Amino acid sequence: MIRTEEMLLNVGPQHPSTHGVLRLLVKVDGERIVEAEPVIGYLHRGTEKLAEDLSYTQIIPYTDRMDYLSAMTNNYAIVHATEKLMGLEIPERAEFLRVIVMELNRVASHLVWMGTYLLDIGAMSPFLYAFRDREQILDLFNELCGARLTYNYMRVGGVKWDAPAGWIKKVEQFTTYMQKQIKEYHDLVTGNEIFIGRTKGIGSYDQQTAIRYALSGANLRVTGLNWDLRKDAPYSIYERFAFEVPVGEDGDLYQKYLCRMKEIDESLKIVAQAVGEFPSEGKIMGKVPRVLRVPEGEVYVGIESPRGELGCHIVSKGKDKPWRLKFRRPSFYNLQILPILLKDENLSNLVAILGGIDIVLGEVDG
Amino acid sequence: MDTLLLYLGPVILLLIVLGFVTYAILAERKVIGWIQGRIGPNQVGPWGLLQTVADILKLLIKEDTIPKNADRTLFKLSPILAFVPSFAVLAVMPFSAQIQFANIGVGLLYYMAVSSITTIGILVGGWASNNKYALLGGMRSAAQMISYEIPLVLSVVGVVLTVGSLNLNEIVAAQQKTWFIFPQIIGFIVFIIASVSELNRTPFDLPEAESELVAGYHVEYSGFRFAFFMLAEYVYIFAMSSLTTVLFLGGWNAPFGWTFLPGILWFIIKFSLVVFFLYWVRATMPRIRVDQLMQFAWKVLLPVALANIVLTALLKEVPFLAHYY
Repeated sequence: MIRTEEMLLNVGPQHPSTHGVLRLLVKVDGERIVEAEPVIGYLHRGTEKLAEDLSYTQIIPYTDRMDYLSAMTNNYAIVHATEKLMGLEIPERAEFLRVIVMELNRVASHLVWMGTYLLDIGAMSPFLYAFRDREQILDLFNELCGARLTYNYMRVGGVKWDAPAGWIKKVEQFTTYMQKQIKEYHDLVTGNEIFIGRTKGIGSYDQQTAIRYALSGANLRVTGLNWDLRKDAPYSIYERFAFEVPVGEDGDLYQKYLCRMKEIDESLKIVAQAVGEFPSEGKIMGKVPRVLRVPEGEVYVGIESPRGELGCHIVSKGKDKPWRLKFRRPSFYNLQILPILLKDENLSNLVAILGGIDIVLGEVDG
Repeated sequence: MDTLLLYLGPVILLLIVLGFVTYAILAERKVIGWIQGRIGPNQVGPWGLLQTVADILKLLIKEDTIPKNADRTLFKLSPILAFVPSFAVLAVMPFSAQIQFANIGVGLLYYMAVSSITTIGILVGGWASNNKYALLGGMRSAAQMISYEIPLVLSVVGVVLTVGSLNLNEIVAAQQKTWFIFPQIIGFIVFIIASVSELNRTPFDLPEAESELVAGYHVEYSGFRFAFFMLAEYVYIFAMSSLTTVLFLGGWNAPFGWTFLPGILWFIIKFSLVVFFLYWVRATMPRIRVDQLMQFAWKVLLPVALANIVLTALLKEVPFLAHYY
């Protein structure tokens, strides 16, 4: 009888494919994973606790640093929750700007995912193509709010900056350009035999498991459940736009890839519609008192971030600061399924499955 | 004069190969940069011509670290084991009708045999580092190189059957009319796939898969020992591309009787095309998984290579086709 010894392999926190400072304790038998345990907290900054000492406007830049690939949706989560608790009216122009930047940010975020995911499974070029296209979105954001990553763009009651002259035109041009680029990605990646071999049938799970683990976003939709908060619990002005929610079937990595690629398409559709209906005039800030005093009460809002349901729960005691602030950070919940997905997998599949979940460590650790 | 050439020749070849390696790395970065819409190195010297020189200089002056719990003797030995065969195989390569250092009867066999010694160097390096990632990389590499050596050797048997010799000079001479890429197309495809795998390059770069194993077997190596591994890798690209040219692309023979260019230039052109192909594949393909790699070698490449041998033997007997085989 051949006896093999198990080896404890420490993957991360400094490892090229853990997407930040995630650490995985992996027990391997040869190249087969016996057990995997994520160790998190290397990037914990205590955003929620810090927020208790900050005014509502001051919290916004902190949310930029949670899911730093999609800071716009984070901004929106906190301002939307505050607005709901205060019962504020938002000018239409501001809502349009919000939707445009959130959807562009979703495209940028998915492009980063697509690029780094292919880098994880060994293809180098798509990463650079994806970043080339993402760069244009960052340039647009830079022109709009002066930042490329941590935008701090939204405010309670509206947005901080109006679209500069010609910006909307540029967004329109980018949308048509990007719709063409998507075809290039499909040509390069989608039909590639090796890519299909690496992803098809790997890391799949069923709908029940996904719901039990509170997965959301593409990680949930890939199992066939049509659940998108933009449709199922509409916020902002999403009801006005026609778009589809791409779903998968059996939750494997290949379908996750297809789902996210289609989501880029759908987001571009929303942006195109929003640009077409963009009001030519109007205010970008509603009537908001100088010092925000949120009435006593509780509110929870969930929005669809690129990674899933991003929730914001505010408990206010009527002061200018929240008494307690809680973010439901989708990356953190999505990561919890990793140990069962990795069990009995090959070590090469580790990075493929981990990458497929699409975590951002700033969000996992909060 | 002859004695002088005997000693000077290899030194010149060594310098040429080192020069090739220097500029092959630059060319790879430039080509891949071009494919990926980047510029590539352009800061050190004009067009980045001195980039690799600067890189090597950096590696030379780096601290030479050996992990505390490493097996010191083996750790030091392994880069040499990996590196020496890569140069040794060049001895039998006929670069042109005149330039060849050892015209031995079993040149092809010599190449296959000597090049497989490198596997030992890589395995020893992975083991001696006393690092888990390096060990996994070393094991993968050993499994991969042994698996792919078999289809590699079998794929050239078709050529050997046709020529009736293992001598590389005779193989080139036999391709004066038809290059073996045409009658031996199956053998060529198997050969090129197996050779990409032998070179540990994308999509078969599992031993050093940086996204999985950080850097694989040479993760603990630094400074010049690391440079030796890299050097071995690039010299093998040189050797393998030369072998592909010799076996399938007619070596120094001019195509369509265009003999206005000297043979060595034709060799360089064909050889560069093969090298470019390797870079192109690297910029395009994702990495294959380790179990798929093994299955592909044993279940696809090996039967195909065997079928090619039988097919060649059969076609040799067909009167109409025997001319080509």
